[in-house]
Order: sequence, then C-alpha cells, then structure tokens
Amino acid sequence: MIRLKWFGPSIVIFLVLFILPSFIPRFYTYILALIYVTSLLAMSLNLVVGHGGMFQFHHGVFYGVGAYTVALMLTKTSLPMWTGFIAGPIVAAIIGFIIGWFCVRLTRLYFGMLQISLGSLIWAIVLRWYSFTGGDDGIHGVPIAPFLSSLNSSYYFILIVLVICLIVMYLILKSPFGNTLQAIRDNPQRCEAIGINVRRHQLIAIVIATFFGGLAGVLFVVLERSVFTDMLFWVLSLEIFIMCLLGGWFTFVGPIFGAAIIVALRTFVSIFTEYWTLILGVILILIIFFLPEGVMGYFQEIFKPRTKETVKEGTK
Amino acid sequence: MLQVETVVKSFDDFKAVNGASLSVGKGEIVAVIGPNGAGKTTLFNVITGLLRRDSGKIIFKGEDIGGLPPYEICKKGIARSFQIVNIFPRLTVFRNVQVAVLSQQRRSNTLFRPASSMVLNETNNILESVGFLDKAHSIAGSLSHGDQKILEIAIALGNEPELLILDEPTAGMSPEETSATMELVKRLAQMRGLTILFCEHDMDIVFSVAQSIMVMHQGRTLVQGKPEEVRNNPFVQEAYLGVE
Repeated sequence: MIRLKWFGPSIVIFLVLFILPSFIPRFYTYILALIYVTSLLAMSLNLVVGHGGMFQFHHGVFYGVGAYTVALMLTKTSLPMWTGFIAGPIVAAIIGFIIGWFCVRLTRLYFGMLQISLGSLIWAIVLRWYSFTGGDDGIHGVPIAPFLSSLNSSYYFILIVLVICLIVMYLILKSPFGNTLQAIRDNPQRCEAIGINVRRHQLIAIVIATFFGGLAGVLFVVLERSVFTDMLFWVLSLEIFIMCLLGGWFTFVGPIFGAAIIVALRTFVSIFTEYWTLILGVILILIIFFLPEGVMGYFQEIFKPRTKETVKEGTK
Repeated sequence: MLQVETVVKSFDDFKAVNGASLSVGKGEIVAVIGPNGAGKTTLFNVITGLLRRDSGKIIFKGEDIGGLPPYEICKKGIARSFQIVNIFPRLTVFRNVQVAVLSQQRRSNTLFRPASSMVLNETNNILESVGFLDKAHSIAGSLSHGDQKILEIAIALGNEPELLILDEPTAGMSPEETSATMELVKRLAQMRGLTILFCEHDMDIVFSVAQSIMVMHQGRTLVQGKPEEVRNNPFVQEAYLGVE
C-alpha cells in the first residue's frame, strides 16, 4: 500500500514546480533543472548505497557513460533522438553489470576500491580516446530536437522524467525485491541462510541503479547539450555520495535535499569565493555532528513521533 | 533424513571438527552436546554451508549437499537459527519474517508489486505460532534479547524447513525464558511436523527434550544414541557429564 498521506502534498509540490518557470528568471529555471538532474543521479546512487548497503564509490562513471552514449549517437549518427535517449541508460546499465559483476564478489571497502579502479579505467579510456570521444575537450553542441531545445521545454521534460523515475524507484523499494535488498543491507549473512542469492540480488540492484544513473546523464545532455570527462571523474562520484549522506541515506527523498544543497552551494557560494568546497566541508562537519541521519532523517524524526513509540513498546 | 559422515573442518592447523558423524531421522529431535570449543557451532556452520567442509559427506534426503552455498542448502529444506542473534535490526518484526517467506516462495525478485500486500497470511501465521502478533510492528533491534532469539526461530520458520537447526536457541536466556522457549520448540515440532537438530548447554533440557543425543569432544563424535544410553556411557561420563 502506497502511503496516501504523501500523495496530496506531492501533487501540490509538483504543480508549483511545474508553473514556476513562468515566474522566475531564466537562470533560476536552469539551476532548478540542474538540481533535478543531480537529484535523479543521487537518488539512483542511493538505491545501492542507502537501501542496498553497497559502497558504490564511483557512480559518476555511469552518469558519464549515459551522457556520452547519447551525445555520441546524436553527433556521429543520424539515428532519431529518442533512440539515443533509450541507449544512454541501457549502455550505462551494461557497464554497470560488467563492473558490478566483479565488485559483488568483494565486500564493503574492497567493493568500493575495486569500483574506483574499474571506473577510473573507463574515465581514462574516455579521456585518451581523442578521435572518438573528443578527449578533454568533451563534446559540444549536441543536436536536440526543436521541441526540447528551449530552456523551459527541457525543464518540463526533465521534471516529468524525474517524477516518473521517482515513482518507479518508490515502487521498486516497496516491492519484495526492495525489501529483500534492505534486508541484505542489514545482514547479508542471514539472507544467505534464508535462501537468498545475495550476490545476484546485489548485482540486479546495481544494474537498476546504473540504469537510472545513465538516464540522469541523458537529462544532463538535454539541459547542457554538451558532455565532458569530468562527469566520469571520481571527484564527482564523491560529491554524489556526499549528497546521499547529507540528505539522509536511509530515507527515500533525502538525496534530493542533498543534491539541492550541494548544487545551490556550488552555484551561489562560488559567486563569492572559489573556495566553496571549504564552506561545504564546514556544513558537512556540522551535519555529521548534529544530524547524523541526514537532513531528511532529521525531519522524519521530528514529524513522526509514532515510530519512536513503537520502538519503546518493543523494549518493554 | 540427514547423515553426516566423518566430516573434517580445520582452520589453519586447528581441526575444529575432526571426524564428526551424525544421523537425524525424519521427525526426530536430535541434540548435539559437548563442552565449549567442541566444534558444535562449526559443525552446524558446515552443514548449512556457511563453511565448506574439508572432507567427509553431508547427505540430506539422499543427496550430498556438502560444498553447496548456503542459499542453495536453504532451498533444499534446511533452515537455521544462530547462536549469536542474527536478525535484521532495522526492519520491523513482521518484515524480518516476511523476507524469509518471500524467499521461500521464490518471490524475492518481484519488482513493482508492493510487498506490503504479499504473503500476509503466511507471515502472520508464523508470528502467531511464536506469540509475536502484538510485536509485529516493533523494530526488531529494539526487542529484548530473549525475544530476539525467538525472532531468530521465527525467521527460520519462514523458510518452511523440513529440518530446523537451532544453534543454542536459549543462549543468554533466564531459566524461565529457557523453559518457555523449549516448550515452544517442542510445540512447533509437533504442529509443523519439523525435524529438529539443536545444541544446548543445559543438560536437563537436552535430556528432557531430545530423542537422540550426539556427544562431541574436541571435534570428534564420542557417541550418538538415546538419552539413557548416552547417560550411561562411561566415556561421556568422564569427558563431559562428570561422574556423580
């Protein structure tokens, strides 16, 4: 049963966001759209990090692969635009499957280390293969069909895709697959003992997460019409990871808050100082000390005293 | 139903299990006893696939299951509880059991259908049979130690096992909790037609519940037999029970 009490507020928020571009300057529309793209990226990572308990340290690679796939298809071939939109997430999921196939054989930190190495390999290939990927120049001026080319229309497209993805992710997390994934996060050994093929389950989760990561890459191309190698660099992956922690990685919508905070900080603080990461660092430290469950985790604690009661009942 | 033949498992040079044999018939309640470090838990871990045996045979329903991964062994019909509490602490009691029931019904990979509407009856039946219906929505990690041990058993029941292996089901419980738990185990065995293999420190319990007892000492099987036979065995009296 989907919790209906969130249904009303969600519709209101969606409608407000939908009419917002008519009232705010173009620059803010652009920033909002960027936040949506980044939100989808952080949400996709959180499927495996927060709900799956896997140290997916190099999720940016799949974002980059999705973006490069669509950019290359639209600049180098004459295939219709929508084939690129479909190919982006699928290629990202295939790369996710290959990297994940190796990673799920390891646990915890070793999983993360291996993923950083394999992901950096892909980054290096994209950076060095100048004739195909354009190296560190990236690819610019990706042709996007006229109906998506204005900022407002890409804003609406991105918002609608994000909402659809959020609904799908929510259904996945509430499904037996999602429940089992959270059980694996809590106790992989016990899951094996109750007949769950833990590695296969984790691998499927990675493929799903990288699919959505690739889709975020596609949305980035719709918004920016360009791609560059920094999208696959480990620094970005770390940033997405921080978004999950910041927003609250055991909550559903937490990563959206994390993405909004980081994108807003990067945009507005970097106007005043290029050391915006310094401010980010201070905020991070404060959050770790005062909101260990993240921003959303904190709100949940305030607004849902009922969960606390059940915990108390249990301890009696 | 289960035949364990001269199984050996060593860690580096230490032979934790060194030629243990065991036979469990259908519908029996079998106990494994032995002093601390005799290799009881290691033997259970080998049977359930958590550890791989070095040599020997583990035959379940006529099939050698030695060397299979734990999830395959579980699907053959063996479920277990753990000596040290091993549950899903962040999930509710209900979902702890539901995850096992979903796995039993091969529905762990179902996407897009809300789990909250699935296998409700099966899960509630199990919760009812261990008396946990009122605790169904508590967070598992907040239960008392004794309740967490019972949740252990409930999760194992979710797999609808034919053979239920309980590794010290009453470890850390008070005497009252202990006898209540053993009554529960006996009742479950009757109700569900379970075969039960367990190990336990409390000799009174073992001799009152078990129909067959296997005695382990330094990784070896000393003897397996009916409670009276074991009680009168001179080796056992010397090694473990202490001559009265």
